[in-house]
Amino acid sequence: MDFPGLLAQLLNGFQHGLLLFLIASGLTLIFGVMGIINLAHGSLFMIGAYVAFLVTRQWGSLWLALPMAMIGGILLGSVLERGLFRYFYARDHLDQVLLTFALILLFEEGRSLLVGNEFYSVPIPPLLDFSVPVTSGFSYSAYRFTVIGICLALAALLFYWIERTKTGAVIRAAAEKPEMVDVLGIDARRVHMTVFAVGTTLALIAGALAAPLYSVYPNMGDGFLIISFVVVVIGGLGSVSGALWSALIIGLVDTLGKAYAPKVAGLAVYVLMAAVLIWRPSGLFGQRT
Amino acid sequence: MSDITKSGFSRRSILKSGAAVAAASTIPTGWAIAQAKPVKIGLMLPYSGTFAKLGENITFAIELLIAEKGGKLGGREIQIVKLDDESKPENAPQNADRLVKRDQVDVLIGTVHSGVQMGIHKVVKESGTLTIVPNAGNDVITRAECAKNVFRTSFTNWQSAYGMGLALGKKGVKKVAWVTWDYAAGNDMGAGFKEGLQKSGGQVVQELKLPFPQTTFQPLLAQIPGLNVDAVGAFFAGGAAVQFVKEYAAAAIKAPLCGPGFLTEGTLAAQGASAEGIETALHYGDGLDNPKNTAFRKAFNAKAGRDADVYAVQGYDAAQLLAVGLEAVKGKIEDEAGLYKAMRAAKIDSPRGPISISPSQNVVHNIYLRKATGGQNKVIGIAAENLADPGTGCKLT
Repeated sequence: MDFPGLLAQLLNGFQHGLLLFLIASGLTLIFGVMGIINLAHGSLFMIGAYVAFLVTRQWGSLWLALPMAMIGGILLGSVLERGLFRYFYARDHLDQVLLTFALILLFEEGRSLLVGNEFYSVPIPPLLDFSVPVTSGFSYSAYRFTVIGICLALAALLFYWIERTKTGAVIRAAAEKPEMVDVLGIDARRVHMTVFAVGTTLALIAGALAAPLYSVYPNMGDGFLIISFVVVVIGGLGSVSGALWSALIIGLVDTLGKAYAPKVAGLAVYVLMAAVLIWRPSGLFGQRT
Repeated sequence: MSDITKSGFSRRSILKSGAAVAAASTIPTGWAIAQAKPVKIGLMLPYSGTFAKLGENITFAIELLIAEKGGKLGGREIQIVKLDDESKPENAPQNADRLVKRDQVDVLIGTVHSGVQMGIHKVVKESGTLTIVPNAGNDVITRAECAKNVFRTSFTNWQSAYGMGLALGKKGVKKVAWVTWDYAAGNDMGAGFKEGLQKSGGQVVQELKLPFPQTTFQPLLAQIPGLNVDAVGAFFAGGAAVQFVKEYAAAAIKAPLCGPGFLTEGTLAAQGASAEGIETALHYGDGLDNPKNTAFRKAFNAKAGRDADVYAVQGYDAAQLLAVGLEAVKGKIEDEAGLYKAMRAAKIDSPRGPISISPSQNVVHNIYLRKATGGQNKVIGIAAENLADPGTGCKLT
């Protein structure tokens, strides 16, 4: 294991972790506030990636794809919440799982009909299509640095929103003591719709950012969904700051595993999850038991 | 989904052959009746999905050869039955069964996808239907699982990778890293690459693999500078090859990248400048200068309205091989022994150069060394001449 190589891997792990955070934060928020386990969250990520692919193919600009993913996410999230999820909060988890699983099938079939089943690569924006040397003999694409920057900015915004604004206070309250929110006369339905739209938007933006890095292909969301669940479980269900730390840990473990122990890499994160569950069943930052 | 097309088969010729059957039945010799019935070729290829274009090009090329022979092979009319295999391995045995049992084809030509090929193989090994593989490269079809009624005019995965390894070692390259997906084709290619490289004095010092079809290449790429290798060989195809080649270029790794031809096949436009100068090995390439190739490319373009590619060549040769067999037995496809004997001994002038058939019934061909230059895979030399797959584990006499 050479030192410059390790440095490059740490950078890879950091970038991977930040992207995972964007997906996992939405997952954990939706679970924390509404108690819904959204299996279709990976499909939302996939939709974001395909939006980036279609927009870049049509208009040649990823910069156009990001605002479109954002607007699309807010619309799609609101419609899904208002039209479907709202009726499932009181139902048991099996019903919710069936609903979200059905959504995966619908989204994948829709993708297949609209775009087909091919594997497409998405070009990096020309402005960022250059490399920055990070070690002797290894360079890092400027686009990857940009993704790191955007993820950090979004994470900061998210934390500001949750910790410092009134809506954020209501969301935290709704996650910890939902009955208190009702007693205070706050319209919980509005909160639910907002949270769902934000979670959906984060997943779509993550997908759009990831498209040039991972290409787009059928069922691409599955792998990201599973690893995001691991992030959520390790971080503690419903905890956004927990999701950030655990996303960074998982990003590093996964990347270093793939690099230095490819045979067991697939297993490493799950072993880590099992260990955390034994040691702290509510996750590293979880409050509920 | 299947539709039946009658290639060069007008109503009049049906009437004529009907009349011929009627006339022949008055003279009860089996020979005459056999002559009147067309040879039925079943094309089991992808006509939808990811590989649709490959299936179409193979079909155009087969129809082209039959048309060039005047619609007849060995004096027999040809009838073509097409079946879309959708590149779905789970439906493959059922689809192959339909062609063999319901449509009762005399010859099955197919397919592109390796997984579907395994399904076809299972069926035709049992039924004994003559089968010609126009693309799928899984080694095992003409190795341990070989069958006397199964021929292949495309390649084995091993062949082009072996050629690349051999050419690399000949250049004096000693230490090489190999990057691929951890699945059947990736492992077939890896074995060939290593063997070729060893043969010419080089060595694979590290294999870097990731699960199919993941594209998280960065953890692998970041290790390469630390390995101090002289070159990197890689096998990826399609969109993933585009992604890999671009990331490799972006990482500014000093060791040059090379690989089996699929790394830059049909992907150069999307890879752009990042592919410039990459050397690959394959049994076909741009600027291959022989009269057969020139004529083929012109005729193909006239028929299909687009340029021929390596898949078209493989399809054309599948039909050429069948033509050799049928001409040798004068259209008597029932003469199995004679037919197979002629096909095994075939020496064919292919657009890719001279080809023949190995003892395990896989194509023997030149592997060309190509260099990506200005959007083309320009042939710059021969990596391995008349290369036959070893056919390990195949016992055919």
